[in-house]
Amino acid sequence: MVDFGGWDMPINYGSQIEEHHQVRNDAGMFDVSHMTIVDVKGKDARAFLQKLLANDVARLKDKGKALYSCMLKEDAGVIDDLIVYYMENDWYRVVVNASTREKDLAWINKQAEAFNVKITELDGMAMIAVQGPNAREKANKALGDKAKGLDDLGVFFAVLRDDMMIARTGYTGEDGYEIMLPNEDASSFWAALLEADVKPCGLGARDTLRLEAGMNLYGSDMDEETSPLEAALGWTIAWDPEDRDFIGREVLAKQKDEGVKNKLVGLVLDDKGVLRNHQKVIVDGKEAGEITSGSFSPTLGKAIAFARVPADVGSTCKVDVRGKQLNCTVVKPPFVRNGKACI
Amino acid sequence: MSNVPTELRYTKTHEWVARNDDGTLTVGITEHAQGLLGDMVFVEVPEEGSTFGAGDDCAVVESVKAASDVYAPVAGEVTEGNEVLADAPETINNDPYGDGWIFKIQPEDEGEYNELMDSDAYAEMIAEEEH
Repeated sequence: MVDFGGWDMPINYGSQIEEHHQVRNDAGMFDVSHMTIVDVKGKDARAFLQKLLANDVARLKDKGKALYSCMLKEDAGVIDDLIVYYMENDWYRVVVNASTREKDLAWINKQAEAFNVKITELDGMAMIAVQGPNAREKANKALGDKAKGLDDLGVFFAVLRDDMMIARTGYTGEDGYEIMLPNEDASSFWAALLEADVKPCGLGARDTLRLEAGMNLYGSDMDEETSPLEAALGWTIAWDPEDRDFIGREVLAKQKDEGVKNKLVGLVLDDKGVLRNHQKVIVDGKEAGEITSGSFSPTLGKAIAFARVPADVGSTCKVDVRGKQLNCTVVKPPFVRNGKACI
Repeated sequence: MSNVPTELRYTKTHEWVARNDDGTLTVGITEHAQGLLGDMVFVEVPEEGSTFGAGDDCAVVESVKAASDVYAPVAGEVTEGNEVLADAPETINNDPYGDGWIFKIQPEDEGEYNELMDSDAYAEMIAEEEH
């Protein structure tokens, strides 16, 4: 068990690599109750989120649809990344990270002062992610009557079932659900999932799965000192309409015009060894960057990483691994999607 | 409770040591150590002929979680590294006291072996660590 943002969480239940393969090949579940769930309700809910977020909630046309976004400071540093669900015209649900809970809530509440919205943290909700090619089928068994109609739930959509929210989202690159439910129902639902042959997986597998899937981790791959343009998150910025004045836009637009010095890329280690966070990237014999997330990819059978490197990096580089300069190929993540290698 | 075979000697850094008939020592990491590190994904064994002092780092075992040094239990010259581990590092997880051995070393001073911890002392040490 490790301390993760004040939560005691297992790195692995058994073999971390088996848990990883379990999700790629079948179905695994993660207790992600540490995630912070926040409801934004009120007449100005949409206008508020259009100010708060770099992505535009106006893109959410259908109820239940979800959107990934960064929440920026005025200087375009990333306060956090999050998923926002469009529930009703005056109601959005936002899921932010656990490690950033305090500062996120403080920031959201401060920005909300100028709007007619009510911000409520749903402390009474737990969250279980069920992920893998067979995850929905197995989870539907555990859901019983609540599974009715879920076959029609689209990717990145959520639906309410009594006091439960079932979302077809995740952090593994596989199909599946993230299910929010009252704390008091969580352990019996976990038991029902076990009964449906879904295997528990820990934080360790969650990290290697998201890395293979090309998904950033806040605090490692980006933080308040990083612009989304330097974190391979340019695709999450909604520049249109031009008059949407979201926080950080001015600085971000300037960065975009002038170009940023660094970018986040994927690396595959061609030599034997393991890439780890904070190892130095060497280009033309000189230290030029750093690994932000590195690990061993169980699916590919070799080490992979995200690294922040000069924007003009070529197709190869070296990484200082425990005093040895090992050869890497520069790639565009994801490394793995839906069980298949992409590189 | 971890398996700690009585016929082996141990170090504080969780290596086990077996004395062979030819006077060399076989070295690996204990079941307790492999359990803490988790799934092995890369092992770097020392080259034959390289020499180390007692306590020098001479091999690396990397699990999916972390990299960890393996230390020479005594001063001496490496006579063999376990080549199997290059392609099958998980052998350390599956058989830490058998096929998962890491290297063999010819000690400079055969007496050093006798100064290593016996199984009772090692079992006591890891029991204390767990509390």
